[in-house]
Amino acid sequence: MLLQQLVNGLTLGTTYALIALGYTMVYGIIQLINFAHGEVYMIGAFVGLIMVAVYKVNFFLAMLVAMAVCVPLAVLIERVAYRPLRKSTRLAPLISALGVSIFLQTLVTLIKGSPNPLAFPQVIQDTVYVLGPVKFSTIQVIILVVASLLMVFLQFIVKYTKVGKAMRATSEDYETAGLMGINVNSIVSFTFALGAALAAAGGVLVGMYFNSVHPFMGVSVGLKSFCAAVVGGIGSIPGAMLGGIFIGIVEVLGVAAGFDTYKEAIAFGLLILVLLFRPTGLLGLPIQRKV
Amino acid sequence: MLLNIDNITVSYGGVRALRGVSCQVEEGEIVALIGANGAGKSTTLKAICGLVRPQSGTITFDNKVLNKMPPHKIVSLGISQVPEGRRVFTRLTVLENLEMGGYTRKKAGEVKDSIKNIFKRFPRLEERKNQLAGTLSGGEQQMLAIGRALMSKPRLLLLDEPSMGLAPMLVQEIFTIISEINLAGTTILLVEQNANMALSIANWAYVLETGEIVLSGPAAELANNPDVRKAYLGE
Ligand SMILES: Nc1ncnc2c1ncn2[C@@H]1O[C@H](COP(=O)(O)OP(=O)(O)OP(=O)(O)O)[C@@H](O)[C@H]1O
Ligand SMILES: [Mg+2]
Repeated sequence: MLLQQLVNGLTLGTTYALIALGYTMVYGIIQLINFAHGEVYMIGAFVGLIMVAVYKVNFFLAMLVAMAVCVPLAVLIERVAYRPLRKSTRLAPLISALGVSIFLQTLVTLIKGSPNPLAFPQVIQDTVYVLGPVKFSTIQVIILVVASLLMVFLQFIVKYTKVGKAMRATSEDYETAGLMGINVNSIVSFTFALGAALAAAGGVLVGMYFNSVHPFMGVSVGLKSFCAAVVGGIGSIPGAMLGGIFIGIVEVLGVAAGFDTYKEAIAFGLLILVLLFRPTGLLGLPIQRKV
Repeated sequence: MLLNIDNITVSYGGVRALRGVSCQVEEGEIVALIGANGAGKSTTLKAICGLVRPQSGTITFDNKVLNKMPPHKIVSLGISQVPEGRRVFTRLTVLENLEMGGYTRKKAGEVKDSIKNIFKRFPRLEERKNQLAGTLSGGEQQMLAIGRALMSKPRLLLLDEPSMGLAPMLVQEIFTIISEINLAGTTILLVEQNANMALSIANWAYVLETGEIVLSGPAAELANNPDVRKAYLGE
């Protein structure tokens, strides 16, 4: 029973982790909380849904298309709504991000015609696998496998590729990165692109898992994933993964223990608790030198 | 003339940091820029690299105007800086720091060769190549910052107080290295508080005071100038 809840929590948690990574990477580079990130996730879910329902494509192809749509979208958001404000006060891009978030929610509601949820066609044969005391559904297995692969791939990029090293250099010291000949603006765009690809994949996976896609689905998941990023230590990539899984598991355990009315509050409670004892989050970097 | 700074002014908000600074660097030389704290030395180097923008005046390098160019383009023209306080990437390894220095180089093979050359010059860096740069000593970090700046094969190397915070032995070593780099063909613009050392290796020097060039001349001549000796050489 407990083991089963852990599996469910892990599944939910990996989806939070996928989204939390986008928050943490963007924050690491330009110290911005990208409030529109949840909407990129939502649009990813819609694109996946449309591909599956209208164009009848394979689930994985639908996920790839969602990623391919959300990448340029996020790059465009940064270009239009954040970059012009980079030299102004820190509050300005934050407010701009909130604006983009509301704009996208409203836009999707208008296009769709209503805020009501749509069901995700169950294109995946949902078999249940029993492994001792735990049951895995096919969708859970897909989520765990896809999310893990994406995260391993991300780690590979950040650790070993030239652009990944430039990302780390830029996130540590933006100005000096420019002195290396790194085009910091394209590194910022690349960071938004990576985050968006992960969020889009997350959107399609979650849409499928909970069988529901709607224009406001990015709000609560976005906030919880943001909590996950902070719990793990904002700016830290392994931190976002750990924070996401941690929050997913605690949320599922909390609901199982009968606190289902508090489901939406669990992530925030955890955030406060962790920050009380570890202000920089679980794997947080020491307070950064600001330049 | 390799670098020509012509009458530039730079302000931070309301504060005027440079008020009509002009100076020139000839190919092959070591030019020293000396001056007290807050005189505007770092600001001059930042303006050359595009990190701050002059409100007026022009900066030309190899006859190209740098005023509006983004920093990464300026690097690919052949200018490289060892910034004040070293600014190595502490969470990257020594090797990764050097790779970042060679970011504009196209061929991976050339980057590898350059890293080999840097390790020849700084054997201590090779011993620590997989260590995070943040764990290096101050002197090692300075060597890394210089090595990193050399990775782009600059024609002009800007050094901002390379002797800051180093023991006298190491200061001597760093200045020897700077002379060697210059002998190997790199032009150098050297900012220093340690005017004695700077004037001893430079061909030409400028003295900056509260945002203005107040003196310039052959380094040996300035070193004997009584005003300079009084103000900057501690006499
Ligand atoms: N980012 C900034 N914002 C506001 N004022 C600045 C900034 N950077 C420098 N200044 C001001 O500009 C003036 C010149 O500073 P700069 O750093 O160029 O001096 P410096 O000659 O390099 O001094 P030091 O020897 O102490 O390094 C100083 O009055 C300084 O306070
Ligand atoms: Mg300075």
